[in-house]
Amino acid sequence: MVSYAFALILLLTLVAYFAARRQASVVGRSVGASMHSRPTYHGFNAAIWACAPPLIIVLVWVLFQDAVINRMILGLFDADRIAAMSSAERSLLISEIRQLAAGRQFGTPGEDLLAAAQTLNGWTWLAHVSMVVIVGVIGALGLVLGVRAIAPRYRARHSVELSLNIFMVFCSFVAVFTTIGIIASLVFESIQFFMRVPASEFFFGTRWEPQIPIRADQVAGSGAFGAIPVFVGTFVIATIAMVFAVPIGLMSAVYLTEYADVRVRSVVKPLLEILAGVPTVVYGFFAVLIVAPLIRDFGTGLGLSVAPRSALAAGGVMAIMLIPFISSLSDDALAAVPRALREGSYAMGATKGETIRKVLLPAALPGIMGGILLALSRAIGETMIVVMAAGLIASMNINPLDSVTTVTVQIVTLLIGDTAFDNPKTLSAFALGLMLFIITLFLNVIALSIVRKYREKY
Amino acid sequence: MNMLTEASIEQKLSPMKNEPRIKMRGDKVTVHYGEKQALFGVDLQIPEHQVTALIGPSGCGKSTFLRCLNRMNDTIDGCRVGGKVTLDQEDVYDPKIDVVELRARVGMVFQKPNPFPKSIYENIAYGPRIHGLTKSKAEMDEVVEKSLRKAAIWDEVKDRLSESGTGLSGGQQQRLCIARAIAVSPEVILMDEPCSALDPIATAKVEELIDELRQNYTIVIVTHSMQQAARVSQRTAMFHIGYLVEEGPTDKMFTNPDDKRTQDYITGRFG
Ligand SMILES: Nc1ncnc2c1ncn2[C@@H]1O[C@H](COP(=O)(O)OP(=O)(O)O)[C@@H](O)[C@H]1O
Ligand SMILES: [Mg+2]
Repeated sequence: MVSYAFALILLLTLVAYFAARRQASVVGRSVGASMHSRPTYHGFNAAIWACAPPLIIVLVWVLFQDAVINRMILGLFDADRIAAMSSAERSLLISEIRQLAAGRQFGTPGEDLLAAAQTLNGWTWLAHVSMVVIVGVIGALGLVLGVRAIAPRYRARHSVELSLNIFMVFCSFVAVFTTIGIIASLVFESIQFFMRVPASEFFFGTRWEPQIPIRADQVAGSGAFGAIPVFVGTFVIATIAMVFAVPIGLMSAVYLTEYADVRVRSVVKPLLEILAGVPTVVYGFFAVLIVAPLIRDFGTGLGLSVAPRSALAAGGVMAIMLIPFISSLSDDALAAVPRALREGSYAMGATKGETIRKVLLPAALPGIMGGILLALSRAIGETMIVVMAAGLIASMNINPLDSVTTVTVQIVTLLIGDTAFDNPKTLSAFALGLMLFIITLFLNVIALSIVRKYREKY
Repeated sequence: MNMLTEASIEQKLSPMKNEPRIKMRGDKVTVHYGEKQALFGVDLQIPEHQVTALIGPSGCGKSTFLRCLNRMNDTIDGCRVGGKVTLDQEDVYDPKIDVVELRARVGMVFQKPNPFPKSIYENIAYGPRIHGLTKSKAEMDEVVEKSLRKAAIWDEVKDRLSESGTGLSGGQQQRLCIARAIAVSPEVILMDEPCSALDPIATAKVEELIDELRQNYTIVIVTHSMQQAARVSQRTAMFHIGYLVEEGPTDKMFTNPDDKRTQDYITGRFG
């Protein structure tokens, strides 16, 4: 039914656009050259009139329809009985009725429930029909108003501009509110966690063993929630990845912009960018099946003991994944440095290498930093490669040949399987997530201030 | 005696004739950009301690010729240079020549001021630093001050040496670029329309500066302004679609040119 509403809106919008455009041309021809806006603008203006109000109505309607109908359904039952129910029981009742209404019947439901389901279906149908009707009427009204507004001095260009502005503000608010929502949910659940586990244990504890009993009769450790080992793991892997990725990415960007001839560049650059499109699971395979055994054999040859899953394998493969982020952004930043600066440097008798080191890299610093930052946040947030190649056990060491675990891996393992959102094991995932978020934010702020301090603005 | 080349005889004789020595010389210089030929056998002599102006309509090859003199054309893909260019009788395109040294001897100032996005001090120190001309901080300070003074911009920037060179006005930026070129003590300075992005007051300052610099340097300047050529140069060379039309003392070129095209161009009939 909602799709009918959308189809209707689309139809009205198109009609409004073409009708208004024609009307505007007709008016324009009759008054000569003194139209304020071109016919297309009048068309867009009328189209906006015809589609914006009904779209808003549909949105609001869809958001609130179910809540309103639920309330009305509860009203069918005995008021005292409803009042005596807990909110969980009430939502159970509602969902049972909705299941019945959708035709899924379990066991033998009571007569009153069946009747309620029937009523519910009726109301839903009524709601949908009235939505389509209202949308149609409002849209048509907008259409008529939009077309009737056409006059030689009517400023359709400005109205279209204004509507676009409003739309853009709306879009950016969607992003802002989503962010706020994410943070709020993290904070809320984290508070729940810290009510159960002392913050000092989380921040300063060095044991991470979240395997606590979910049911009273289960046998398990009592659980320990010291987050340090987990963060050390993330730190080790991200460091390994960046140590490999930054020089390789930066050097390949320099080579591609400054040394490679056009044909090499046109082959190598797309190839590098393909690396960014490889799914991380595939990198995981690569790490487990090829890189980890290779490192192990190599290490054994040197007389070192290497764990079958090592931080080095995961970090190294992660570096390959990160190279295109760094090289691509650095490449763009270097290419954007004006030719005049290069020539100025060459004309002073500087060699290519001197020009790159002393003029190009400093001038391209903001873009390069952007690439490095992007890569770093990917490294910190990367999960799949680490799950497959680095292991699950949180151990407090920084030996790259040992197996480690990272924050994101722990979050995944905490939240899969049986989860109940009221025990510390599950809630700790949110605390970890919040910490990770804060750390990444902090890194961003630091990097930005570094860029602001050292950038050479051309 | 018979070992002396024609050029060195001329050099020996010139003080007697009271004529300046020839600093640079282009001999049948041709330039191709890919398939397209931009210069057709240009013969031009650049006398020492004089200002030589290159004039002519847009696209006639003035910049191209100028860029042959310090091999800046090497940085352009697909650009080929033929003929001979010499600096003190040495072939500039000889494989034995180090282009890095050549550019230290033949400096360049561009049409659009292009200071590095570094501090004013670092802009000047750039050249001396890469060529290892100074041994201490004090010496570098001295070079910076001297270069800025010679470029007549010291008084304007002496209190803000650590500020970015890109924050200066257009005219100041251009003089900074001249100071930057001077800092490595070149023998020749090439200027490609150095005033075309400047206002009249800044232009006057730069012109005055060019006239002073002539004492110590040999200058080649490309200009679109006939008045500028007349004001600052001693010799003028007129280019037209890749050919050198004629060249000679500036007074003569502007009062009594041999070629009809020069006359037309100078009087503003085409270009
Ligand atoms: N980088 C280049 N690539 C191809 N053609 C060029 C290049 N630079 C200049 N040209 C061509 O060479 C000719 C001379 O150019 P130029 O020396 O810049 O002229 P001018 O400085 O006298 O205005 C022009 O026809 C121009 O199109
Ligand atoms: Mg030019």
